[in-house]
Amino acid sequence: MNNIKIDHSAAATEFNKDEARVNWHDETLWFVRSKRDKAVFQIPEWEQLREAGSQIKNHVLSNLHDYLTEFEKKATENGITVHWAADGKEHNEIIYSIIKNEGVNRMVKSKSMLTEECHLNEFLKEKGVEVIDSDLGERIVQMREEPPSHIVLPAIHLKKSDVGDTFHEHLGTEKGATDPQYLTEAARQHLRDTFLTRKVALTGVNFAIAETGGFVVCTNEGNADMGAHLADVHIAAMGFEKIIPKAEHLGVFLRLLARSATGQPITTFSSHFHKPRAGQKMHIVIVDNGRTTQLGRADFRNSLKCIRCAACFNTCPVYRRSGGHSYHTAIAGPIGSILAPNLDMAKNADLPFASTLCGSCSNVCPVKIDIHDQLYKWRQVLVKDGHVSSVKSIGIKSMASVLNSPKFYRTAGKLGRFLMKTAPFMVNNNMNVWYNQREMPEVPKESFRDWYLRKRN
Amino acid sequence: MSSREKILSAIKTNQPDYQKLDVQFKFETVYDDLFNKFSEILSFVGGKAIEVKNFDEIKADIQSHYSGVTRIATTIAEFSDLADFSLNIADPHDLETLNLAIIEGDFAVAENGAIWVSEKHIPHRVLPMITQYLVIVVKKSEIVTNMHRAYERVKVDDTGFGTFISGPSKTADIEQSLVIGAHGARGLTVYVLG
Repeated sequence: MNNIKIDHSAAATEFNKDEARVNWHDETLWFVRSKRDKAVFQIPEWEQLREAGSQIKNHVLSNLHDYLTEFEKKATENGITVHWAADGKEHNEIIYSIIKNEGVNRMVKSKSMLTEECHLNEFLKEKGVEVIDSDLGERIVQMREEPPSHIVLPAIHLKKSDVGDTFHEHLGTEKGATDPQYLTEAARQHLRDTFLTRKVALTGVNFAIAETGGFVVCTNEGNADMGAHLADVHIAAMGFEKIIPKAEHLGVFLRLLARSATGQPITTFSSHFHKPRAGQKMHIVIVDNGRTTQLGRADFRNSLKCIRCAACFNTCPVYRRSGGHSYHTAIAGPIGSILAPNLDMAKNADLPFASTLCGSCSNVCPVKIDIHDQLYKWRQVLVKDGHVSSVKSIGIKSMASVLNSPKFYRTAGKLGRFLMKTAPFMVNNNMNVWYNQREMPEVPKESFRDWYLRKRN
Repeated sequence: MSSREKILSAIKTNQPDYQKLDVQFKFETVYDDLFNKFSEILSFVGGKAIEVKNFDEIKADIQSHYSGVTRIATTIAEFSDLADFSLNIADPHDLETLNLAIIEGDFAVAENGAIWVSEKHIPHRVLPMITQYLVIVVKKSEIVTNMHRAYERVKVDDTGFGTFISGPSKTADIEQSLVIGAHGARGLTVYVLG
């Protein structure tokens, strides 16, 4: 889908043109982050819960082979058909063959970031299969032919007037209507009809339990349940890292997930699927698509612990002010920026630089992924492998030589202060990106070092 | 080599050294009053908890709240005279026109207002979602403190399907404005039988 290379900072510049909207976007997401804090502060053992979540996931990564085969065995005994897909293409083909087998050309789908990653909708469209996304936010962006801009809140970049316009065009709601209640009701009617008429439903997987061969799907809307329980065929797609050892570990993850995501104590529905209902067929597609490579990278494998809560998005000062689409990848935000280079270094080399490295992402992560450290480490890998522009790498190199030589550093400082004082136009111009949207600081009379030497004497 | 073997062998090669799992992952939560906490959280998530002494009280309350409502189904024998909609159907699509479902929950969780509902008590998985309004009856003695206790209480694969329901269906996908009744039930009342 994204064949054209769009740079994060260029896309962010575009997003920043509408200042009022950027401020609104920023505040809306910060509000979600604040709700998270409020929920978290009610749990005295929160930090221990995070540690437990982190350790369980570490343990899982170290024993993935055995847990996956255990899961496969139990799921098969439960009457579920298990498929394995090496990459996105195979994932898409497996799903298409299941649909074709049923002799239908339509499917209803609840939220699955994996299918976004594999570009399933586009693939099926080409094959003549219509897919309707049933999560309200996803349905909105699907109608607008946009990708989701956030993994939990797919339409967070849109105002209710945008949604009103979209629904007017696609669902025939009143022109100019912006009442969320009214718009949601229109979507409810439209999607209820979809749920009642589709024979194949696809859902994502939040957690797959090795011990019991079942899986858990969490939604607030109930759309995964409506789709799956009314369809003849239920397909669940999962990245292989979704596995957890035992059902009792869900106690940890269900306490962490919704509180981290939206500040809710739990999602409205946390549905545990173990067997197809009488007469129904159930399939699970277990997907690699680059995950085994990530598993082999010691510095980056921890990113596979992610439970997709998006707490790191909501807290990130760069995400909040650049918008999800500027990341040009299925999973945006800080976690997306450490996952995407694994899939394609050349295409996603800009993303680890879309961060201030403030560390807020790592502080809110419910499974303690060292996100900002990984962003920093990716930068080094990308520069070393020649994936960043020469402007950036030459800049970094000259900065390194300045900082490596105290003498050079002092001369450069003096020169800079002299220029800013006598020829401010040399720095106060559009060539200097630091000058955009801000004034340069007043020039100090002397450097800290000069001041220190003077004071000491 | 099949994709299955390719993936599993790459995992075996690339997974880190075995790391034991010996971290504490269950925690104690203490509430003064389990029902009060459950009720407080349930109303926070858009539902309503009502404490009752017996089935007659529930019946009277349902009759006053849903007077004039038709297409009511129940799985609870005591309320069979309230129901005019049979659940003895083969195709779950027939539940489409259901207005009210009155069902039994196994147990409730105080920390998040959730109730475990499984195939043990519901003849159709879609019943608690497809109905316009949902009523769940749960025993007061069956409220646990937190999710760790919840998973000690339930064996999740005893039935083919089970779900924790916490409040009515909702969405905030349009400008973060909370709307109750996204695709599932538009309202949830929980009668807690003391």
